[in-house]
Amino acid sequence: MDKALYLSSSPHIHSGLTTAGIMRLVIYALLPAVAVAIVFFGLPALKVMLICTLGCVACEALCCKLMKQPLSIRDSSAALTGILLALNLPASSPWWMALLGSAIAIVIGKMIFGGLGYNPFNPALVARVVLLISFPVQMTSWTAPTPLSMGFDAVSSATPLGEMKSAVMLTGQLPEMATSGFDRYFYGLMAGSLGEVSALVLLLGGLFLLWKKIITWHIPVSFIGSVVVIAGVFWLTDPTRYPSPLFHLLTGGLMLGVFFMATDMVTSPITAKGMLIFGCGCGLLTVLIRLFGGYPEGVSFAILLMNAATPLIDRYTRAEIYGGHHHDRGGVQ
Amino acid sequence: MRLPTFPGGIHPPDNKATTAAKAIVACPLPEELIVPMLQHIGAPAECCVTVGQHVAKGELIGTAVGPVSVPIHAPTSGEVSAIEPRLHPVGRYLPAVVIRPDGSDRWHDDLQGSDPNCLNPDELRQLLQQAGIVGLGGATFPTHIKLSPPPDRSIDTLIINGAECEPYLTGDHRLMLEEGPNIVDGILILRRILGVKRVIFGIENNKPDAIAAMSKLCAASPIKVQPLPVKYPQGAEKQLIEALTGRQVPSGKLPMDCGAIVQNVGTAAAVSAAIRQGRPLVERITTVTGPGIRTPQNLRVAIGTPLSHLIEQCGGLSDEPGKIILGGPMMGNAQMSLAVPVIRGTSGLLVLRRQDVSLAKPGPCIRCGRCVSVCPIHLQPTVIALCARLGLVEMADTYNALDCIECGCCTYNCPATLPLVQSIREIKGSVMEHKRKH
Amino acid sequence: MLTAVACLGGIGLVAATALGIAAKKFAVEVDPKEAAILAALPGANCGACGEPGCSGYARAVAEGRLAPNLCPPGGQQTAEALAAILGVKVRVKDPAVAVVICQGGDELAQQKYHYLGMADCNAAQKLAGGPKSCPAGCLGLGSCVRACLFAAITITPDHRAVIDRAKCTGCEQCLKVCPRQVIIMAPKAVTTHVLCNSHDKGAEVRKYCQIGCIACNICKKISSEAYLIENFLARVNYAQAGQAVAAIAKCPMKCIRDLADNNESAGAVAEAETPAA
Repeated sequence: MDKALYLSSSPHIHSGLTTAGIMRLVIYALLPAVAVAIVFFGLPALKVMLICTLGCVACEALCCKLMKQPLSIRDSSAALTGILLALNLPASSPWWMALLGSAIAIVIGKMIFGGLGYNPFNPALVARVVLLISFPVQMTSWTAPTPLSMGFDAVSSATPLGEMKSAVMLTGQLPEMATSGFDRYFYGLMAGSLGEVSALVLLLGGLFLLWKKIITWHIPVSFIGSVVVIAGVFWLTDPTRYPSPLFHLLTGGLMLGVFFMATDMVTSPITAKGMLIFGCGCGLLTVLIRLFGGYPEGVSFAILLMNAATPLIDRYTRAEIYGGHHHDRGGVQ
Repeated sequence: MRLPTFPGGIHPPDNKATTAAKAIVACPLPEELIVPMLQHIGAPAECCVTVGQHVAKGELIGTAVGPVSVPIHAPTSGEVSAIEPRLHPVGRYLPAVVIRPDGSDRWHDDLQGSDPNCLNPDELRQLLQQAGIVGLGGATFPTHIKLSPPPDRSIDTLIINGAECEPYLTGDHRLMLEEGPNIVDGILILRRILGVKRVIFGIENNKPDAIAAMSKLCAASPIKVQPLPVKYPQGAEKQLIEALTGRQVPSGKLPMDCGAIVQNVGTAAAVSAAIRQGRPLVERITTVTGPGIRTPQNLRVAIGTPLSHLIEQCGGLSDEPGKIILGGPMMGNAQMSLAVPVIRGTSGLLVLRRQDVSLAKPGPCIRCGRCVSVCPIHLQPTVIALCARLGLVEMADTYNALDCIECGCCTYNCPATLPLVQSIREIKGSVMEHKRKH
Repeated sequence: MLTAVACLGGIGLVAATALGIAAKKFAVEVDPKEAAILAALPGANCGACGEPGCSGYARAVAEGRLAPNLCPPGGQQTAEALAAILGVKVRVKDPAVAVVICQGGDELAQQKYHYLGMADCNAAQKLAGGPKSCPAGCLGLGSCVRACLFAAITITPDHRAVIDRAKCTGCEQCLKVCPRQVIIMAPKAVTTHVLCNSHDKGAEVRKYCQIGCIACNICKKISSEAYLIENFLARVNYAQAGQAVAAIAKCPMKCIRDLADNNESAGAVAEAETPAA
């Protein structure tokens, strides 16, 4: 025993799952969605994703250097933000917009607050919303998915939510596309952002995260549940004006938001009760914005608004501690 | 049927297979035994022998000081070679009696057993105190104090802790297999002292052989053997009470405040030996294990045996050691030297190699909530640790820092590898100081 | 258009009136002396005076409970300003600075174990008395750095604390958090110090530190007035500190240093890494 021993406070073992490990597992869970985006939208999709991912990593490295902090890109969180941002952009996004989005996500969304763990809002969503408000034309120039076409013959098209919104505004009635043919949406044969198209692969990714215990059921279930209940109430009151809950679930960024954005650990509550409230709030706001707001899609706004409420939710949802008040629940007799 | 348990907790790899099937081996005596005067919670014992004096096994070498204290006895017969401060498992040099064994291991003549059924509870408690019996689960709280609830507390349940939820440790498991009758006898003595009807014996169901053996032995007795699911910290006092009775110990209070008293299986066996044979607590079962040990096994060790001797008995070190831990990996204390002796609370000696020690630098908290979901006390460890880093003593108190049992689940689970328990332990000290002042 | 202007103007007017009335009605009476004192204080809220912050000290001085020369960060200037406000004379205390009396960095002082865990000296001290073999040496985990409100303390790359004498105001906050009392206060005028805190015998010190005081008495032989040796540790006699310089070059352990040019920290600050919180 020549070398001095290590000493630390207990415990002396660790689960082995680290921050970088979590980030990597989330990236793996997104890979099917990434693959689908490339198959449906071709090379433009690949271009956007590469720019966003590399852009985010580069921005973070630059920030670390400027802030004289240890380089934090090895934890993969910047790469994850880049992929999530790309999945929130249309395939036709110009390169400068993708790059600007990356810079906004990392610099304004994250590093300005002190880096990973300190950002109050989901960085990718901050970037998406800033871009949406700043460049409404580019951000809503959707192309119809054309599987395996490499994206060379892209045809512009409206998203189902956009189409529904304009039809309802014009006629007060739901168009036919909002009442039937949902299986197409489930597989992703609809226009939208790169990561919004296929509910199927996003669901698979989400289930993978649940199975790996990276996320818990609380936020996805309460988010989806509240969308179903609230959208269902409207649908039952007037099925000709309000689309069915299923339409809400399968279109737009809902699945991406439910499994990958709302569950972002940094910006969601840490208590189980808080997560349920958070999910319900997201669901409520999403449906309200979709049905009554100015924008056809409301998932990003809903999640960002709930991000803002997270510290408050955490504060008021602390669990009753063990022995906090006298329990007697029977037990072994 | 769903087994009773508690909310929260973790499932670390138990690593018990290496020693669980091996019978307990008596560890030969070392060249010198280092017997510290502090081996329990409470006031240290006062040395009552002199250098050069010959002592017999079980002879008193340290007398109890005050009510919360127990005496210390010679672990073997031999000569007192020194009385001096020696490195203690707490990391400081504390008074110890050093004994050079004479090899005969002769018991002291005055020790005689008695029939517990002819003694009243007070006499039994006194015998336990004289025998130096303390909780052998690791906390080493004097047993006679724990068995003396104030008259205004009505105790209706005695809980026997056979959970052994710490990874790697199998000493209690082997004890239940090899000394079942003594354990049952000890439990019945404890029951007699407390005068309770209900006795629940909780055993984690990764020890089916122990459950079967104890069920058989307890079949004719009022002891109910209850299998428990495998989950850390199932054997923590509060969690065990919650699982077995459905009650919670009120915050800031003792188990007796919810009518329950918990005793470890090892303590029960020691109680039996102390009463029936009059033998004081001078040896214990210690699991010597871990990837750094060549042949891990369970040893019956004389108190005061240096760790280096235990390692020699287990084939030596397999590699350059990284961490030497007394107790289990979740709540044990890391040591800086192998010169430290085994004391009454030493349930295990775990040796990790250098490559087994995680050197990960703590990162920023990503608020994943993994510490919150596993906390068996339902605290928010990350918030309390943040208070500790920022020195927010009053806020830490409002987040119930003092209720933390330091089980380590949060730190085990923290992806940012933050030293949560250590931070909470720090701020607990500050909170207590703050409360004393105000 | 006009309605809008009228509306906004009206709201503004009403709010302003309400605020004005509230300000008059709920005004807190402040002793003008106290306000003047508070304005003259540096506003560091360091607590060195014993009060929770500058406003507490201002009140205490105004009420005559505390003397006006108890603000180390403010020094002479503040003490004189306060005395002028109170119309009294004060003796200005000699300015003092904190000195870390340990040079045992990673290379020079032995570690009895490798510490892993919270970057906090008090936490490390609880684990078997801290990782340094020396019972009194600087642990270098930066508890004092976090306590210092004036950013006057840095941790060198070899993990020991050094104090920037130009920035140190003498508030003593670092002394309160150090578990090993390795930071002492000394008159700012005294620049020669024995940088060792171990009271162990020379032979013991040699075992664990290459730059610790072994109480060899050489410094005392060279300038007997300037050095005191107590409990196997030399220290400079502040009253005769002027002669202490002579022994610097002769100290066999090189543990006497002249800190006049702030050289202890000058080199270190450039490369010092801030320990993680």
